[in-house]
Order: sequence, then C-alpha cells, then structure tokens
Amino acid sequence: MKNFLIVFAVMAIHLQASSQDLFDILDEEAPQTKNYVSSTFKGTRILNGHSIENRKKGTLEFVISHRFGRVNLGADELYGLDQSNIRFAFEYGLSDNIMLGVGRSSFDKTYDGFVKYKLLKQSSGKKSFPFSTSFFGSIAYRTIDDFEPGNEPTTSQRLSYTSQVLIARKFSPGFSLQVMPTYIHRNSVKTEEDPHGIFAVGIGSRVKLTKRISINGEYYYTVNPLESINTTNSLAFGIDIETGGHVFQIILSNSITMIEKSFITESTDDFFEGDVHLGFNISRAFQFGKHKKKKLKKLQESNQ
Amino acid sequence: MKTTHILLLCFFLTNFLQGQERFLTKQGYTSFFSSSPVEDIKADNNQVLSIIDTSTGAIAISILMKSFQFEKSLMQEHFNENYVESDTYPKAKFKGKIPNINGLSNSEETVTITGDLTIHGVTKNIKTQAKIIKTQDNISLKGSFPVNVADYNIEIPAVVINNIAKTIEVTFELDHKPYKK
Repeated sequence: MKNFLIVFAVMAIHLQASSQDLFDILDEEAPQTKNYVSSTFKGTRILNGHSIENRKKGTLEFVISHRFGRVNLGADELYGLDQSNIRFAFEYGLSDNIMLGVGRSSFDKTYDGFVKYKLLKQSSGKKSFPFSTSFFGSIAYRTIDDFEPGNEPTTSQRLSYTSQVLIARKFSPGFSLQVMPTYIHRNSVKTEEDPHGIFAVGIGSRVKLTKRISINGEYYYTVNPLESINTTNSLAFGIDIETGGHVFQIILSNSITMIEKSFITESTDDFFEGDVHLGFNISRAFQFGKHKKKKLKKLQESNQ
Repeated sequence: MKTTHILLLCFFLTNFLQGQERFLTKQGYTSFFSSSPVEDIKADNNQVLSIIDTSTGAIAISILMKSFQFEKSLMQEHFNENYVESDTYPKAKFKGKIPNINGLSNSEETVTITGDLTIHGVTKNIKTQAKIIKTQDNISLKGSFPVNVADYNIEIPAVVINNIAKTIEVTFELDHKPYKK
C-alpha cells in the first residue's frame, strides 16, 4: 500500500508537470543566444565627436554638419548666423564592424578620412559582455594657403592624425555613457612650444526623452593643450531627433569645427561666457546591397 | 508488488503517449508586409517557436521581435527601437485554439483559429483562417491575417505616415514535429 501511494504521488507530479503552460515549454526550448545591445547612441556622432555606433554593412550616409558663429555676436551678425562652417561627408559601412568616411571641412579647407572599427560589443544573455569598444583613426589634410611667401608647407607638414578608443555602455534603454581616450598628433606646429602630440579624454552621454528624441552632452578635457593659442576644452549639448531615414542633431557648442584634431585641440571659445555656436548635423542614409538575404542565410545555417 | 509494476508501466505509458500529443517547431516562419504608395516594407523571421497540444487543440506561438530581418538595416533598427520597442516588449505571443484537431483527415483542410494575439504589450482577440495538414508526425499550419497597427498602440510619426501601411499583412508557415522531452 505504501508503494502504491508513492507511485501514485510520482504519477500525479508527473502529470501536473506535463500540463504546464505551453509557453513555459516554448521558453525552455528557445535557443539561448547572445543578444548584442543595439542603439547605444542614435547616430554615429554623439555631437561633435564619434560615438561607438557604426552604420551597418552597405549603408551609405551623407552627412552635412554646420556650425554658425558665436550667438553673442549680436543682432548685427544675426547672432552668429552670418558666419558658417560646414563639413560634408560620405560615410559607408564596409561591414557591420568597419566604417569608412571621407569629408571636407570649410574651416582651414581641410580634407579628412577616417576608419572606425567595432572591436567589442556589449551583449546580454549567454556569455554577456558589459561594454562596447571601438577604435577610431583619422587623418586630416589642411589645404588652406595661409603660409608666408616662400615658406610653403610640405604635404607631410599639412597632416594631422587622431586615434581614439571609444568605450561605451548602454546602462538602460534611456541612458548611455561613453568615454574616449584620445591622442592627436600634428606633423607641424605653429611655434616651438606647441606639442606635436596632444592627449585628451572625452566623456559623452545621451538621455532619451521620447522614442525619437534624446538629449546629448559631450566634453573633452585636453591634458597638454597648444600654447600658441589660448585654447579651451570642447563642450557641447544637443538634441537628437530621429525621423525615418534621418538623424537630425541640434547642437550648442563652444567649438566651431567638426573633426577631432580641430575641435579637441583648437577650440578657443568659452561656453559659459556666451561664446556658444549653434550647429546642426543632418544625415541621410541609403542602403546598398542586400542586407537581409545574407543575414537570413546566416540564421538558417546557425539553426542547422 | 504486482500492482506497483502495473502502475509503473502505466506511468511510462502515459509518458510515451504524452510525447505524441505535443508538436513543436523552433524554426517557424513569419513575415509581415506593409504596402504603401511610397514603399513596400517586408520583414522575415525564421525563428518562430510554436507548440500545439493535440489533446486540447491549444496552440502557443512565441516570436522574438529582434529576429525580424529587414532589407534596410536602419529600418530594422527603427522597428525595434521606435515601433515595437523590443527592449520593453521582446516577444509577440499568440495563444489560441484549433477546433476539432483530432477529427482532421490527413489531407489539407481549412480551420478557423481563434485566440489572443499580444504585440507591443497589447492583447487583442483575433480570428483567422488557416490551412492545416495533420499527419502522424507532422502538423503544418499556413495562413495570413491583417494586423491593424493602431490596435496595438504602435505610433507612426507624421513624417512617415505615407511610408507605412495602417494595416499590415502577417503571414505564417509553421511546420510542427512531435515534441519529446
């Protein structure tokens, strides 16, 4: 009789277990996969500088950035709007991890090219990883002819290089933080006292207000600034607005340029004395190639 | 002692029988299609989980939103970030009933499935026709139904109102195999 009761109990438990919710079975059967965190930032820029975000493979983005003059120039200069700096660029996702770009800035008539490589990706789920890391490298070629007669710089003397490590974490869907150790090297400097190599560290963040709007902030601290000009650290605040294929950023910053070697080391305005520049970053994305087909193929392969 | 043996036999037998009652797929296919004057948008998902209990006719479907693949990668990002908010609502679910599942013949038949569809945290009762083929070791379900985007509190901003259809056609193809624990 005792045995009978035990077996009966086991059977009862067994039957109960088998009548569990069908969704529980689905949850159990769901493949345990690693989920990469997406959209740490909306755009490829936090404001002036780069974010860890890349454009996906085959996406070509046309980026137009503007910085107007200082708003405290007064009504005569229409609060800075009479002056304008522009950079336009083509930026392309060579793969999901590598992004290339070429651009041209009106400031110092500078051409620039950059590579951004996603090395580590923040993920959740199985084998999760706490943050994302990207490498960023760029070359800037200054073509403005502001030299004294007979003192023309060589091609090499016109070049500057930027290397950055971008480390970011999306703490919650609404809050992301990024730290950017930076090294900038310029082949030629104005005076002997100016360092060729400049170290800086940046911090950037975004706070999402609604699904399509976020507030961003970005600050770069320069460890050993240029001596020949009275420089300030670059500070920027802005709003990201996303509309379909566009990301639109409205920026207030003390920097008037849009490439790293320039805004990190050559900003001279003081944000808190009202030397603020209004600016915009506007981008339009175009998709080339078939993103989907390859992804589907990959998924099917991984399922088998 | 003999009773115990018989009961143990029953126990294993029930286990065996239950193995035949449930049919599962982990690689079901679902797609949705939005047609508008400006553009057509299509997304596919090949990782749909679905289970049918033939003893009751109950069906449960679970779809991971992030597994939908779009032609344009930026669209996929916006779909997850702005429209279905995959971080907050990672899955779409369907819990329904297939009537008279044991009375089906081995050839294709049409059944009306009713149940609750949950997308974006909103649950609505739906009714759809599906083609079903049930054999000893396979249950295949195929069909499509319209989903009214506004019913599920999915906002479409004014700038893209002409790019996205108000009603989206959802297609499914689920090939269930016997599920054994």
